[in-house]
Amino acid sequence: MAPTQSALSRRAPKPAFVAPAARPEPKARPPYPFSAIVGQDAMRRALLVAAVDPTVGGVLVFGDRGTGKSTAVRALAALLPPMRAVAGCAYSCDPVEAGTLCSACSARRAQGLAVQTVPVPVVDLPLGATEDRVVGALDIGRALGAGEKAFEPGLLARANRGFLYIDEVNLLEDHLVDLLLDVAASGVNTVEREGLSLRHPARFVLVGSGNPEEGELRPQLLDRFGLAVQVATPTDLASRVTIVRRRDAYERDPAGFADEWEEAEILLGRQIVAARARLPDVAVPDAVLEAAARLCLALGTDGLRGELTLMRTARALASLDGDDTVTLDHLREVAPSALSHRLRRNPLDEAGSEARIARALAEVLG
Amino acid sequence: MTAPQDATSSDARAPDATWSRACLAAALVALDPAGTGVVLRARPGPVRDSWLDALRALLPVGMPVTRLPPGIADDALLGGLDLPATLRTGRPVAQPGLLARSHGGIVLVPMAERLAPGIAARIAQVLDTGSVEVARDGIATRHPAQVGLVLLDEGEGEDEALPPGLADRAAIHLDLDAIPPGAVATPLPRPDLDAARAARSALPAEAAETLCALAARLGIASLRAPLLALRVARLHAGLDGRSIVEELDLAVAVALVLAPRARTWPQDADEAAAEPPRPDRDDEAGPAGQESGEDRILAAAAASLPPGLLARLLAHEGPRNRSPGAGRAGAVAQAQRGRPVGARPGDPRRGRLALIETLRAAAPWQRLRRAEGAARLRITADDLRIRRLVQRRETTTIFAVDASGSAALERLAEAKGAVESLLAECYVRRDRVALVAFRGRGAELLLVPTRSLVRAKRALAALPGGGGTPLAAGIEAAGRLAAAERRAGRSPVVLLLTDGRANVARSGAPGRAQAASDALSAARALAQEGTRALVIDTAARPQDAARALAAAMAARYLAMPQADAARLTRAVREAAPSC
Repeated sequence: MAPTQSALSRRAPKPAFVAPAARPEPKARPPYPFSAIVGQDAMRRALLVAAVDPTVGGVLVFGDRGTGKSTAVRALAALLPPMRAVAGCAYSCDPVEAGTLCSACSARRAQGLAVQTVPVPVVDLPLGATEDRVVGALDIGRALGAGEKAFEPGLLARANRGFLYIDEVNLLEDHLVDLLLDVAASGVNTVEREGLSLRHPARFVLVGSGNPEEGELRPQLLDRFGLAVQVATPTDLASRVTIVRRRDAYERDPAGFADEWEEAEILLGRQIVAARARLPDVAVPDAVLEAAARLCLALGTDGLRGELTLMRTARALASLDGDDTVTLDHLREVAPSALSHRLRRNPLDEAGSEARIARALAEVLG
Repeated sequence: MTAPQDATSSDARAPDATWSRACLAAALVALDPAGTGVVLRARPGPVRDSWLDALRALLPVGMPVTRLPPGIADDALLGGLDLPATLRTGRPVAQPGLLARSHGGIVLVPMAERLAPGIAARIAQVLDTGSVEVARDGIATRHPAQVGLVLLDEGEGEDEALPPGLADRAAIHLDLDAIPPGAVATPLPRPDLDAARAARSALPAEAAETLCALAARLGIASLRAPLLALRVARLHAGLDGRSIVEELDLAVAVALVLAPRARTWPQDADEAAAEPPRPDRDDEAGPAGQESGEDRILAAAAASLPPGLLARLLAHEGPRNRSPGAGRAGAVAQAQRGRPVGARPGDPRRGRLALIETLRAAAPWQRLRRAEGAARLRITADDLRIRRLVQRRETTTIFAVDASGSAALERLAEAKGAVESLLAECYVRRDRVALVAFRGRGAELLLVPTRSLVRAKRALAALPGGGGTPLAAGIEAAGRLAAAERRAGRSPVVLLLTDGRANVARSGAPGRAQAASDALSAARALAQEGTRALVIDTAARPQDAARALAAAMAARYLAMPQADAARLTRAVREAAPSC
């Protein structure tokens, strides 16, 4: 078998790139507005931070059923301002960033690239997706009809410059999860299959959600996410009533409900745009960096990833708040979501990871 | 706690009151299948068949009712490539799966308690989005799939619970087991569903608050429950031709949606329900109108529940729950041996080749490949499929035995006997047993996890007794072992045999107070790891110490002053059914 494959790839012509087929999406109801989500501050903050600075490295939302995990991620898509992309590019390449262009766009760059405005992709990875559709594979239609080899980009291509959402990440097959984490970390999808051999940009924020009751998450997977938030069902009656009322109103008239919240959504969208613009100029004082390092030392997190995420998250939060300097308060606010999943389990310490972080915060920051 | 409706005179209610309530539920489901959904707890039999027939009769003509085959594969459930049509027409033809084909209709799930978590999660996603996203076998498409789920729950033991995600999403939970088969013979008046479908009943402002408050008082954590109750109340008002949702509709919703999910039943409402609802209660209510409105609804709901249901629910501390990592959920995918559950791309050197799937994968590419060479059938490495296998997760039972002076020696002997008889049984099922003993200043691993009966007997024969009780050290040692077993892919069960009277602290220093608090914190740590545990109180007169320990461990507690090997074995088998 193996010789056949290598012979094929030697002879294989350069695969033609095809734009993703314009799929007629059934007229879907508008998603539940992000601003209408009640409570769940940590989850909302983590998602907004990832929208402002994608380099924080993904968000993991873990917790009870029916807490609006999926709702929040899907709502994020509607909130994000549209982006400029190369027209007709399967990967929605950014015309400004020469370094991140796909090979087709790089080749055409000299002649000038046509630009269009497209929504930021938030791609849902359904359970039961097969590897060929995730990574991309030979276009089956063209192989059958014309007998030619053409690469049909998969979900990773569609997610470029956007978000890739995996609901019930703990139920996804291990080999797919490994593949996704690898691509998310490198920003490049390498396709070596069916005699194809190509690479394309795949920079996306990985958002995973899950319910620990449905199956445990592999520990080595946990710290591959930049941020992790625990969500729980709110227990106070007032917010529960508000949630039920809003959800009921939305389900009875999605469009009307979306209209009601449109203004809040626009404001939040503007806040993200402003935060992104401000981000490069937000200063991180040495005192904050030092506090972050001491915090990580006190908690014994492995490697530098914790500190880096902590710093980036605090910076994105400062930017969201409209501040131009990161303060210790920002650090305090983001520490649980940036660090809780990086702590080594201590069998002698029955305190939850959040409590351990709170203790370390009190020790380090006073 | 007594069940409220048992106190009401049972002869006042004809047995078919439960049946007519079940039929009312069928009508509500038929009104809006995709918006409701049912958990039908019933043994297979004439009553269940009659209910399903009643539901079918109420559905609009042409509405599909599909049965989900157990263990359905992804391509059949979600859709995929229609290979024969694809090869015939020379272009990719997508084949919708069962969920897409059931769009606008009902999907029956038999033996729902045995549904694999993966399948349940796929169905839950489809229920949430109302569509199936297919990203398989070269097909990328989306089909509308708004389906109503009827989950047939035939589970017997505590370990056989429905997939929680699906049970949470199904509005109405019905229990038909109390209905005698004779009751279903009486034909019931057919409600006018067409008029009800057109109805749009308004909701009074406080309805959402009432249902949320009631859900909270019944100990229901899920937020879907009050939302679904709201929907059912509205449907019921429409069914009765009312333009505004009234208290009666809320009571029906509570009885069908909230009460079966109850984990507690409010004491005061309990009393209110025990006496038949009096019409003059309104006058008594006075200023606390909201509160008493809730109580009235609760009482009315309780009165309409089948006799004994509440008692049964509350005896089991609410709906059965899947314990984390328990029972059937404990299956290892990606195993090297086990039963096949489909195929995945892979190298046959690291698995068993799935020939048919490989040929299927190769088929669409034959034309392309033929252009490149003359062979008749060209199969490349990308086509190769290997079997996916799942294997039952092995159990390791970890005995943590108090071998101190306070635990009498003969009890130790009984523990040894239990270990041996368990081992003999586990050996057949290829499960493991380990033994940690604690006495004096610390704990000792006397028997590493083993299947070997001979080895176990030798280790147990040397088990000495006497000295202080370093309970914390013992629990910690068991916890460490449990964590190691979990890493090795086995599911551990810790069995702690003690009288709970610790007198040696973690540090090894004597002192009761410190020893007890160390033991409790070790117990909590064990619970936090999610380890299943069982505490067997071996004290001659059981006291609170061991019970508190069990609570901290989230473990089952069993007092066994006269521990004997046979009873012990039985208790363990109940705690860990797979052993």
